[in-house]
Amino acid sequence: MSTASDSRSVILDIDNLVVGLGNKLHAPRIIDGVSLRVHEGETLCVVGESGSGKSVTSLTTMGLLQKGSLVPSGGSIKLVGEELLTASDRRLRQLRATTMAMIFQEPMTALNPVVHVGRQIDEVLRVHTDLDARARRAKILAMMEQVRLPDVERIFASYPHRLSGGQRQRIMIAMALVLEPKLLIADEPTTALDVTTQKQILTLIRDLQRDRGTAVLFITHDMGVVAEIADRVAVMRQGRLVETGTLDNILRNPTMEYTRNLLSAVPSLVPRAARAESKEPVVLEANELGKVYRERSLFGGVREVAAAQDVTLTLRKGRTLGIVGESGSGKSTVARCIVRLIDPTSGGVRLAGREISELSRRLLQPHRKRIQIIFQDPYRSLNPRVTVGETIAEGPINYGMPRREALAKARELLELVDLPPDAISRYPHQFSGGQRQRIAIARALALDPDVLVADEAVSALDVSVQAQVLELLDEIQTRLGIALLFITHDLRVAAQICDDVAVMQKGRIVEQGPAAQVLTNPQQAYTRALLDAAPGRGWDFANFRPVAAAAASL
Amino acid sequence: MAIETLPEPSIPVTTPFRPKFGFLTSTPIIAVATVSLTLVVLLAIFAPWIAPHDPVLLTPALRLKPSSAQFLLGTDGYGRDLLSRTIYGGRISLLIGVGSAVFSIGIGLAIGLVSGFFKWVDAVMMRVMDGLMAMPSILLAIAVVSLSGAGIWTVLIAITIPEVPRVARLVRAVVLSAREEPYVEAAISVGSSLPKIMWRHLMPNTIAPLIVQGTYVCASAILTEAILSFLGAGISPETPTWGNIMAEGRAYFQIKPSLIFWPGLLLSITILSINLIGDAARDALDPRMKQREGSK
Repeated sequence: MSTASDSRSVILDIDNLVVGLGNKLHAPRIIDGVSLRVHEGETLCVVGESGSGKSVTSLTTMGLLQKGSLVPSGGSIKLVGEELLTASDRRLRQLRATTMAMIFQEPMTALNPVVHVGRQIDEVLRVHTDLDARARRAKILAMMEQVRLPDVERIFASYPHRLSGGQRQRIMIAMALVLEPKLLIADEPTTALDVTTQKQILTLIRDLQRDRGTAVLFITHDMGVVAEIADRVAVMRQGRLVETGTLDNILRNPTMEYTRNLLSAVPSLVPRAARAESKEPVVLEANELGKVYRERSLFGGVREVAAAQDVTLTLRKGRTLGIVGESGSGKSTVARCIVRLIDPTSGGVRLAGREISELSRRLLQPHRKRIQIIFQDPYRSLNPRVTVGETIAEGPINYGMPRREALAKARELLELVDLPPDAISRYPHQFSGGQRQRIAIARALALDPDVLVADEAVSALDVSVQAQVLELLDEIQTRLGIALLFITHDLRVAAQICDDVAVMQKGRIVEQGPAAQVLTNPQQAYTRALLDAAPGRGWDFANFRPVAAAAASL
Repeated sequence: MAIETLPEPSIPVTTPFRPKFGFLTSTPIIAVATVSLTLVVLLAIFAPWIAPHDPVLLTPALRLKPSSAQFLLGTDGYGRDLLSRTIYGGRISLLIGVGSAVFSIGIGLAIGLVSGFFKWVDAVMMRVMDGLMAMPSILLAIAVVSLSGAGIWTVLIAITIPEVPRVARLVRAVVLSAREEPYVEAAISVGSSLPKIMWRHLMPNTIAPLIVQGTYVCASAILTEAILSFLGAGISPETPTWGNIMAEGRAYFQIKPSLIFWPGLLLSITILSINLIGDAARDALDPRMKQREGSK
């Protein structure tokens, strides 16, 4: 595929691009000498971790850099032979939409919430074409058919909030492609979507590209997505290009150390070797747990939404139970009910044999320390105004430990999570995302809990950092015999850390069992669909080979 | 495998988000405001040493004298020195301003924190606050003063009451958004008590907006006190306050306009300075403004 692409015309040619922070001569370089080329009908995936400069590259191409703060200071970007870096704002405005178009990560914020989506697409046509109203409408409806939206007449007149995330992204794609641009830049277009929706959107982009010969510059952090959609891959790190090559080459024979590390950090979908059956005591039980949200409308009607129903779970000491599911499946609701951040409306939670779901705040207090939670977003789960030491020591002090001892304990815990002891007097903003998550883990461990609930605890982290945090959790479990309740949407992560897995859909558990069984031999259609949609399921990234080859070699 | 995205933290240990006072001289206008306000405050504090005469000493023989070496700004209708009275007048005005800012923030903070956290308190408290806000503040103040007699404490309370709802609503709004933050939930799950959560995790979020609100309350309280005195509903007339001086000067406006001019000028400068400093504080403390400048 790639050899053929060389003969096709070059659509985007980025040559030795340099983007500096500010206008000064020796300004730090955010992008340092990046060269990329995208041919007609080809998908180039730019992959890298946060801070690698992949988004800045795409924004520079579109001419959308924040004026004055990021300044291209060298190299060239040619779109079908035309230089973009020196183009006037007016010309860039013309080129956007007609020759190049972009879709973004979060379709809700990219769409105007107070205008019908049809009119938003119409705006593109009104500005850039001479078509009359009827012709424009016909063209838009045809485009909406092409992005496989159902009931296009109705959706044409809908506001963005009436549509699902996937439908919104389809609208964005329709808007981007309605003028048949030669280049489509997709900046993490599926990151905010559920796996099943993600799969549909990726297929859609693939198909549209095949039909129209569009060149696609696809930006992502997810190796799975890369494996699904890329023809060629460019790996970036800290503003530099690490290596480029065909998909097969990069995945099978990466030449650079960094690429190898990146690939080996991707957790495999094949579950890890099962641990021996546990005879340890049960530390956490949920019995037919339910949470119903009641909404009273203005006219007295009551709307009930069951966020969780009949959830029954058992967790033994030293084991890891995963709850997987898509957004809205109720997995976080279950976690929050169990930790009693919200009160369940039915069912019970037994912690070490003691029923806690009915206890009042005051009576719950002594039990709180036995179950601790780690949150998804390490940037928001630490109070920015409190030092790391105080944050970790807060729990023990609440339970009567003298301040000095608590701080000494915080120091020990920092060591346990591989942070320097002098971190104790620093503030959270001085740490990276992975380090902050370690601090959050230290805080949870400070109370010596029996159960640790991790609510999407590694989802916001880069894969390499994710791998380190997973390793840390595993190590802590072996060392302290803690039980882990691991909530995640990522089946790969679940496969690597869980002993047992419960799959949730629409507030109910649809399938539950040992990880190896659920993830390799699913009994329910929904579980199968989930597994099927997991991007890059055909690849065993860490071993640089397709899964089929791995199976054959066993 | 060690590919941590950020280098080891090498930034010096700093306290983030502690309000910095560099904004007081950020532009020439703000600098002038800061200097003027400082002068007014110094005048008020050191009034007994600066003022050339006793501000309440009546000398009927020297009524309505023009400016002279003895009386720099002349005398009023009872023969009291206008300069001394104006200098002393600042004491009451500033005391009322600072006092009502402190009290309204103190009470408003407590009400706002509690009603931001407890739904049932919120329902009751906010209706009470709505009721208070529905009444014109001057009218409310006059009612309070006429019920319990004029005096500095009465006036202070009368001026503070209408300001409390504004502060309480501000604090409540901040608390409502801050309590959804995961770090507050984390504090709940490590067993922190409610007062601790409020004080340690919620209250600090309100400091910056309260500093800004405080300056506005201060300015408006000084103005309200002057209005009350001017209307004769404030502090007893023999005590020099800018409002009282102007109220008395009104009768002699045709003969000696400076009786209104000088205290009025000081009042305007004070209020303008405080408001300018308030605006500068808002710009400096508002994170959105900071983002616009692109600084950390």
